[in-house]
Amino acid sequence: MLLVPCPNCGPRNSSDLRYVGESHKRPDPATTTPEEWRTYLYMHKNPADWMMETWYCSSGCRRFFTIERHTATSEFRNPPLPGGKRGGRA
Amino acid sequence: MSTLSDRLSAQPGEIIDRSSKLRFTWNGKGVTGFAGDTIASALMANNVQVVSRSMKYHRPRGYMTADYWDPNGSVQLASEPNVRSGHRQLQEGMKVSAQNVWPSLDRDVRAVNGVLGRFLTAGFYYKTFMHPRSLWPTYEKVLATFAPGGKVDLDAPSGYFDKRYAHPDVVVAGGGPSGLAAAIDAARAGAKVMLVEHTHHLGGHLLWGSDGDRAVLAQLLTELAEADVEVLVDSTVTGRYEDNWIGISQRSHPGVEERLIKARAKMLVVAGGLIERPYVFEGNDLPGVMMSSAVRRSMAMYAVRPGSRAVVLSANAEGDAAVEALTAAGVEVAAVVDPRNGQDLVRAKGSRRVESVELADGRSVEADLLVIAAGWTSPTSLINMAGDRPSFDDSCGRFFPTDPPETVLVTGGMAGDGTTEEIVEHGRATGDLAARRASTVAHRLQAATTRAQSVDEIEPVWAADSRIALGRWSHPGLYRASTHGIVDYSEDVSSKDLVAAAKEGYDSVELLKRYTTATMGPSQGKLSTVNTVAILGEARGETIAEVGTTVWRPPFAPISLGALGGRKFEPIRVSAMHRWHEANGATPIIAGQWIRPEHYGDPAAEVRKTRSGVGLIDVSPLGKLDLQGADVPKLLNHLYTNTWNKLPIGGVRYGIMCAEDGIVLDDGVTGRLGENHYLMTTTSSGAATVWEWAENWLQTEHPDWDVSVTPVTTAYASMNLAGPKSREVLSSLVDDIDLDPEDFRYMQLRTGRIAGVDNCIMWRIGFTGELSFELHVPAGYGEAVWRSVMEAGAEFGITPFGLEGQRIMRLEKGHFIVGQDTDGLSLAPATGLDALIKLDKPDFAGKPELSWALENYEGPLVVAVQPVDPNVVPGEASQIIDPIDKRILGRITSARYSPTLERSVCLAQVEPQFATAGSRLTIKMIDGSLQEAVVQEHHAHFDPEGERLRG
Repeated sequence: MLLVPCPNCGPRNSSDLRYVGESHKRPDPATTTPEEWRTYLYMHKNPADWMMETWYCSSGCRRFFTIERHTATSEFRNPPLPGGKRGGRA
Repeated sequence: MSTLSDRLSAQPGEIIDRSSKLRFTWNGKGVTGFAGDTIASALMANNVQVVSRSMKYHRPRGYMTADYWDPNGSVQLASEPNVRSGHRQLQEGMKVSAQNVWPSLDRDVRAVNGVLGRFLTAGFYYKTFMHPRSLWPTYEKVLATFAPGGKVDLDAPSGYFDKRYAHPDVVVAGGGPSGLAAAIDAARAGAKVMLVEHTHHLGGHLLWGSDGDRAVLAQLLTELAEADVEVLVDSTVTGRYEDNWIGISQRSHPGVEERLIKARAKMLVVAGGLIERPYVFEGNDLPGVMMSSAVRRSMAMYAVRPGSRAVVLSANAEGDAAVEALTAAGVEVAAVVDPRNGQDLVRAKGSRRVESVELADGRSVEADLLVIAAGWTSPTSLINMAGDRPSFDDSCGRFFPTDPPETVLVTGGMAGDGTTEEIVEHGRATGDLAARRASTVAHRLQAATTRAQSVDEIEPVWAADSRIALGRWSHPGLYRASTHGIVDYSEDVSSKDLVAAAKEGYDSVELLKRYTTATMGPSQGKLSTVNTVAILGEARGETIAEVGTTVWRPPFAPISLGALGGRKFEPIRVSAMHRWHEANGATPIIAGQWIRPEHYGDPAAEVRKTRSGVGLIDVSPLGKLDLQGADVPKLLNHLYTNTWNKLPIGGVRYGIMCAEDGIVLDDGVTGRLGENHYLMTTTSSGAATVWEWAENWLQTEHPDWDVSVTPVTTAYASMNLAGPKSREVLSSLVDDIDLDPEDFRYMQLRTGRIAGVDNCIMWRIGFTGELSFELHVPAGYGEAVWRSVMEAGAEFGITPFGLEGQRIMRLEKGHFIVGQDTDGLSLAPATGLDALIKLDKPDFAGKPELSWALENYEGPLVVAVQPVDPNVVPGEASQIIDPIDKRILGRITSARYSPTLERSVCLAQVEPQFATAGSRLTIKMIDGSLQEAVVQEHHAHFDPEGERLRG
């Protein structure tokens, strides 16, 4: 099981957190088109590479944070940032 | 040949206790063994030669490896199937029997399969039982009777299982010489060490080695006893996952059947040793064909004589040692076949046991034991799981690690060859390296924890690997003789099958494995993987390295489902009034984590008494979030689809929440307690989701908003007092709250004192459709207030009512339940509450999708439905179908018999063209019969104008 570096709680089992998903910008609801909105909802890049992703420390500090992880090796790099761009689903 | 196997005289390394005789039965017949015996060694000592029948051909099989991995050694204990007799220790009174035999081990009628063997080649089942499809269930039944495996006793009591979480510095997988040495030196270097050994005894091959080997073992065990090492025997490291998350199945923990240890190790040392590899030739599965290590182990540890006249195929020093050991034990060695000198054997002959061995030089040698020392398989499982792709060294005939992660170290036979001293030395160096690296990992973990005590020392330097590498001794590559034989004993797959499958086009190793099931049986390729690859290479004209190997996946050894489940730790939540419910005859129902009263005897009567008088329900599980801050209206506008700018202090409003994809997420009411203070209620099941949803927006998109969210679900005990007489009941319990209906109107809230308890919140809303007051009182006073209300209500005939009564009443009122009447595909317009979706707000969760949906939604709608026959209550999830073409048009989502209307009432989801009032629907009942029903004008079956609740 992955150890996820929570900025507040330190390295925690990934089961202590909720994986929110790939971080991506939310289109402006005032100007977005249905196509663009559904791309935001459903079409993720899912690269085999470094990726910014958001986690929620649901069993710890209950903070959302964003961090860079390599999806093939599960290495993390660079310090996590508080908050982040949210995924599409609750 | 009845005296083939019996006990030898006392052996220097034997681990049986001859003073402790154990009685047990084998297929109903009484036999004896000694304490310390495995079931296998005891059976061998009792001259049992045929232990099982093979899976497909029902060929007689005897012990081949006589350890955990023996493909022939699974037996049935009284209520426990598939027990590995080469591993399980004998106990007094055990009832052991052969499995996969019918009617008996000696006369197995299915052995006819062997005669028809040519029809049972790889893919036989797929090809033969393919057509017609309608016969699949019949085929399945017939084939199931041929399936291998023991019998599960469905009445066997469930055992007690446990789990443990551990945080060792170093886990050492394997308790042979290298693993022991690694554990000792890692502990000496200050590491917290877990040493995990699969068998019951530490020592590995030293246990059946020379006097010198046993002396080394004794020395290591002395050192181990002095070192601070946690030793787990009869335990298996079953898997290695990310960041050295290690699964350990511990079968030896006192008081439990099996314990699953989840260890977060800073370093993993893999010292798994080597598994002796079988050789493929005709007759290689006859009883009497044994691996050299099995022969030596049986003689040295259990003092069992494996035969009386042996032929030994010896391609290495271990085979030579077996020749010596056999000779010393008085077993005649009739011939030694040495492939290092170009010698080979052709086939073994015999009916129920080896009778003779045909050699490549043309000789035929009579023997009842054929010992095989043809080479080794490296069980690279754990390093595969760590991401390594081991590489094949043709000159040694086995795989070696290529480049495992730096936190996984390999020692012992998996790392290379050497004398016992060299192996121990390599183990020690590995343990020391592991301990030093573990200290760096520990430092990094602590430094990464900002709230932990600060790390004062500097990070220990990452220790370089300066171990002296073990050598690689050359070994002839022996996989198959000139004849064909069994490759996978568990699955009865022969080399002929593999060659045929390769010719049919299944010529990649992963395809071949799935098509023939080679390596897929209970021993999971421990014995057969390399031979499978070698024979595929032969068929393709390639080397083993070119063919590549299959991926080893966890678990390394089976884990019981009980251990994976562990102990039951289901949290249970009860309200502050739970004691009262129990004392007053409530029937409990599990709702999520909550135990709630379903009813107090008669839910229909509870409904009638509430509708005509007054009733009280415990709604404490209702999700409650305390919202404070200047920007709460912004948050509410964002979460709900409707508008919240002008909610006055003391006002309450209903809203639905949608996810970003427009799907209904939750619903509930929120009230304004003060200038910057609100209380939000959610559904009972949605409380946690909505809290996280609110935090999500506040922390990610709108960190500038001034809002604090505090979950207060259990800080308040909540109850709903419902019914036309509820105001009268309440009037005697409040003094600082004015209940005058002109002043305290529907959808308003008041704060104040209830039954003498301060800081209560009361709001006029309700799910039941009656005049009702929802009371939120500090949880510690919940039971006291509940009792006061019941006492005050006594003169009005008050009834407590449970979840069922509420469900009936809400259904009479047509209130949908999110997740029951809606589902994961229900866009908000499906609920018919379009008026609550306010697109004039600049933004809210799901707005773009809902904006599209309001124009374009064509999916099913939630409607109220009444069966024509008032007494027909369809089962929930009954389909609504087109009576002509049977197309599914929708489904019943809720159905109850209404005591108020004295008829059946339902909510349903139905395609929009059938959703208009008066549409006639056909419901397919659970029993298959059809019932007619009519779509109603309003969701509410009862009091659609809502006059009662405004009263």
